[in-house]
Amino acid sequence: MLGFLKEPVVVTAKINVSLVALTVMGLISRLWGLCYPRAVVFDEVYYGQFVSLYMKRIFFVDDSGPPFGHMLLALGGYLGGFDGNFLWNRIGAEYSMNVPVWSLRLLPALAGALCVPLAYQILVELHFSHCAALGAALLILLENSLITQSRLMLLESILIFFILLAVLSYLKFYNLQKHSAFSGSWWFWLLLTGVACSCAVGVKYMGLFTYILLLATAGLHFWHMIGDQNLSNVSLLCHFLARGLALIIIPMGLYLSFFYVHLALLYRSGPHDQIMTSAFQASLEGGLARITQGQPLEVAYGSQITLRNVLGKPMQCWLHSHTNTYPIRYENGRGSSHQQQVTCYPFKDVNNWWIVKDPGMQQLVVSNPPRPVRHGHIVQLVHGITTRYLNTHDVAAPLSPHSQEVSCYIDYNISMPAQNLWRVEIVNRESDTDVWKTILSEVRFVHVNTSAVLKASGVIGASLPEWGYRQLEVVGEKLSKGYHQSMVWNVEEHRYGKSQEQKEREVELHSPTQMDISKNLSFMAKFTELQWKILTLKNEDTEHKYSSSALDWITMDTNIAYWLHPTSGAQIHLLGNVATWASANAAALVYLCLSLWYLLRRRRKIYDIPEDAWQLWMSAGGICGGGWAVNYLPFFLMEKTLFLYHYLPAVTFQILLIPVVLQHLSDHLCRSVLLKSMFSALTVAWFSSVYFVYCTFSPVTYGQPALSLTELKALRWKDTWNILIRKQ
Amino acid sequence: AVCLFADTGCITLSQYILLDPILMFFLMGAVLSMVKCNSCADRPFSASWWFWLSLTGVSLAGAMGVKFVGLFVVLLVGLNTIYDLWDLLGNLSLSLVMFGKHLLARVLCLIVLPLALYMAVFAVHFAVLNRSGPGDGFFSSAFQSQLIGNNLHNVSIPEHLAYGSVVTMKNLRMAGGYLHSHWHLYPEGIGARQQQVTAYLHKDLNNLWIIKKHDSDTDLSDPSSPVEFVRHGDIIRLEHKETSRNLHSHQHEAPLTRKHFQVTGYGINGTGDSNDFWRIEVVGRRTGELIKVLRSQVRLTHVATGCILGSSGKTLPKWGWEQVEVTCTPYLKETPNSLWNFEDHINPKLPNISLDVLKPSFAEILLESHMVMIRGNSGLKPKDNEVTSKPWHWPINYQGLRFSGVNETDYRVYLLGNPVIWWLNLVTIGLYLLITVATAVALKRGVQLTSELKELSRVVLRAGGQITLGWLLHYLPFFMMGRVLYFHHYFPAMLFSSMLTGITWDALLKFCAGLLSPSTTARKVYGGGFLALVLLILYSFYLFHPLSYGMIGPLASNPSSPMAGLRWMDSWEF
Repeated sequence: MLGFLKEPVVVTAKINVSLVALTVMGLISRLWGLCYPRAVVFDEVYYGQFVSLYMKRIFFVDDSGPPFGHMLLALGGYLGGFDGNFLWNRIGAEYSMNVPVWSLRLLPALAGALCVPLAYQILVELHFSHCAALGAALLILLENSLITQSRLMLLESILIFFILLAVLSYLKFYNLQKHSAFSGSWWFWLLLTGVACSCAVGVKYMGLFTYILLLATAGLHFWHMIGDQNLSNVSLLCHFLARGLALIIIPMGLYLSFFYVHLALLYRSGPHDQIMTSAFQASLEGGLARITQGQPLEVAYGSQITLRNVLGKPMQCWLHSHTNTYPIRYENGRGSSHQQQVTCYPFKDVNNWWIVKDPGMQQLVVSNPPRPVRHGHIVQLVHGITTRYLNTHDVAAPLSPHSQEVSCYIDYNISMPAQNLWRVEIVNRESDTDVWKTILSEVRFVHVNTSAVLKASGVIGASLPEWGYRQLEVVGEKLSKGYHQSMVWNVEEHRYGKSQEQKEREVELHSPTQMDISKNLSFMAKFTELQWKILTLKNEDTEHKYSSSALDWITMDTNIAYWLHPTSGAQIHLLGNVATWASANAAALVYLCLSLWYLLRRRRKIYDIPEDAWQLWMSAGGICGGGWAVNYLPFFLMEKTLFLYHYLPAVTFQILLIPVVLQHLSDHLCRSVLLKSMFSALTVAWFSSVYFVYCTFSPVTYGQPALSLTELKALRWKDTWNILIRKQ
Repeated sequence: AVCLFADTGCITLSQYILLDPILMFFLMGAVLSMVKCNSCADRPFSASWWFWLSLTGVSLAGAMGVKFVGLFVVLLVGLNTIYDLWDLLGNLSLSLVMFGKHLLARVLCLIVLPLALYMAVFAVHFAVLNRSGPGDGFFSSAFQSQLIGNNLHNVSIPEHLAYGSVVTMKNLRMAGGYLHSHWHLYPEGIGARQQQVTAYLHKDLNNLWIIKKHDSDTDLSDPSSPVEFVRHGDIIRLEHKETSRNLHSHQHEAPLTRKHFQVTGYGINGTGDSNDFWRIEVVGRRTGELIKVLRSQVRLTHVATGCILGSSGKTLPKWGWEQVEVTCTPYLKETPNSLWNFEDHINPKLPNISLDVLKPSFAEILLESHMVMIRGNSGLKPKDNEVTSKPWHWPINYQGLRFSGVNETDYRVYLLGNPVIWWLNLVTIGLYLLITVATAVALKRGVQLTSELKELSRVVLRAGGQITLGWLLHYLPFFMMGRVLYFHHYFPAMLFSSMLTGITWDALLKFCAGLLSPSTTARKVYGGGFLALVLLILYSFYLFHPLSYGMIGPLASNPSSPMAGLRWMDSWEF
């Protein structure tokens, strides 16, 4: 006991001074004058509104990515005591006093600053010299585009930070593999890889590319392990399970937890409600929940209901009818039935109310006890205000002539009988005897005579003409066309009808619903719905002044003007360090050519470089070149609007490739001492040119000092750059 | 192995030879000759080697010429060839010269030959179809000048643009229309209530515009006045010939593309305001140069707002007669949308020259027709509310395609895979993956195998790998396609999948047989399993044959129908 007292307590600390110095320099370059400009810069206008919504706990859907990044930005706002009261409507708007600009921008800036030491560490872990590692870190430090992006309230720097962290921790883990498998630090770095990967994916879906790259690398390394005869089958299995746990299960769990926190934080209804299903909306505080609170759950004969189309695209709408009829002849000369119009109407209205009627009985009230409607039952739907029956027949619909017209039946006595029987089919039923439930059940109405299905046609731009008040078309579609969400409806508002007389009923329809039942969705149901909406939501805007194509990025033929001072010529641009980008391209090219050359020569059994140097060369290229490729090439297949900042993760990897190539050249191709020293001199000269470019462009990176007209014109090194010059 | 996969493949094929059979024929031809060529690899440069190699090339050209899906098989063959060459390169007994010969032979047979054939197909196509037709508007002016009957064929018009000329302007976007205007106004609530300006794909008198100077309104048709040419950088006014309104733009949002400005016809008898002035610029020229009809690519910049005249490619609603929207875009991007060329040109004061000088080369025609095809293909996008077939539906045979007949009395043909075979294929893919992983791991762990097993695993890995690659190449790309997809797109992939089934079951049966060492039982097990499979397939074919040969009678949802018992999935609609 107390044996440890016999020994003196000694703390030895080894500090890598260059690492500390790099971190400090990174912090200075990213944090300096962070509050400037005190105005909304570029996409801050986009992310800012979500931060505000987080502060106010209002639910939103953002199709640009998962919520983790938004939550981190909101964390900055929370720490700074932001109350969410700011109108994010215009780039360049001054921030009011209640917006904590510094703390909002702090997290991205910190992430950006930490990328510098991370780059250093990665090259060290790839077994390159400290000199090369230092070079990589300095290149990242002096990269103008990364500085711009990380000094603002944007997500790219956070994404890059997590990507680099994931790569670094995987490398650390891999290097520990040989001598100390299953040790504490081995586990730590393995788990950190998984965590960083899921964070990267959680910030932006782009993180997925790096995640896949790391998974592939891990798979390859494991494949080599299988071939190792010294390992027993059991330990191999342990290795496999550990990797599966850390690299697949934990990231998935974390990803789910992001959504859990997101949904737990945002419990109030808000502007994006209508994208979600009724059930989801009802789970939010306020909004639909206020209306539906206390509705009876089971739809019965005599129920008064509103029917919402489940698709909700291009806008949510409810089945609607009004006293106007279809015109006898349409503009193009086709005829109609001239019966009462049935449409889909995007606003709440008393004409959206329908009554479920049993075809065998006359009464329109709910009997006591209520007789619930079940899957497969045949019903008639009576329009509440006009008491006409929902009907469809073999007449071409107004806008989609291949489908049947849907109308409310008027008996003109012209041997066109009413066909108003509909079979209720609950799509998401659990058994065939399920009861039709308010909000929860998704229902298809199949016409008994023609087996057509009630559908919101939703042809592009297909609101009805003047006679239909620009409402949306409803048609009967052939059942055989298969399942589509536009054919499915759910009950949103619901009450048991009590009044037998038409006059009373109208009064009743106008009154708000009241009764008591609450509904809650499980987390997984909410998650699947939200995730699905995020993935399928399409923004229509495909054009932007500063959008660019993926091909422009390599040569940096494009830039993005982020902000312009309202009076002076001070401005911020997303513009890379030209020298760095060009040399990164050159490095990638040299790498590719050299690898191909070595590969062909090795195939013919000619070995130019020693085996371990070759392994080093391949692994460094796999990480850096592979990282560049997976983060860049997929953009050629994407159809969304692309911006230069999408290229930043890729370019970070490409920059890491420069010192790799340089060191290889000096180690293996410069054979004489003279050549070596010449090569180092060239490198130094090149480095100073990088620094020179950084200094030249730093005014448009930091937004200060303001430049004069001639200075701005001199900065326009490429014709395609869009430097803003005020007209005098 | 070959025998079995031919067998299953043939039975399956005989049922499905309904659609794309030509494509499939070429596809199978390519794969077969590729495999044959591989098996001849020990006798390179022999007659049969040459024969199979060039046959591969020919089938590739055929597959590509029938449908672009053929590109995937090209990819497959290409990958296989690269692998092959890589093998040869590692063979140190082969000199570099020999290797060069191999490389050259393959380049010749697999690249040059198919390309030549493919181009020959197009040359024939163009040579046969040399008359003007309804598709003209989709092609550029130069292309049209090659078509007999088109008004640009053998026409002679003045070469340089001058003030007072009457012209038509064609958008350079593929299938871009002519700048057009007519006596109708934009409806209430859509920008300013002025005359519509649209792009129109057909030739029409309303496409004619007169080029005028922006500052003077002298009557340029006076034959005595001197001819003045329009130069790059000039500021001009375009007057619509029929309605005498000027091409005009202002800061109202365009009808469909909300971020662009509206373009209208404005003014009476050619007198408008300063919003009618446009700067005319030729791409890649300097100030003062003349503008050539047909050949110059021209950009019109609105002087007052700095926006560029362009066609967005969106179709206007009924009020715009479903013509294409024309806008003025403030985004200064170099896209064909905002470039125009002058097509017709009438000016009595100028001498006419023959258009033969701008005869496009064959390569240009080829390129252009491909661009038009690609554009047409990507235009087949599903609408928002339309029910479409999804790629993941296919392997599970989720939903078929109705060829004809809906009602009970009709003669109905329904395209649906034989579910027994398809599900067998599906199971087999999973099984194959399992087997492959197991064998690969076993080999990697250095487990000692008997020579028969080694041979078997080699077949599984090598041949199976090739087939799986083919399946993946013909299936996965569809997930990334935005166009409307149909069930029948899966059939090429399905061929590979059937072959894989053959190989896998063969290997599996052999393996089982190998476990039971006495040779008679082994052969019995092998034969029995084989027979059972074939019988199963034949029986399922008998069950489902009415689908493909057509059927009359009640729908299957009716229990009295003979097909009632066969409707195994709710989503099948026969």
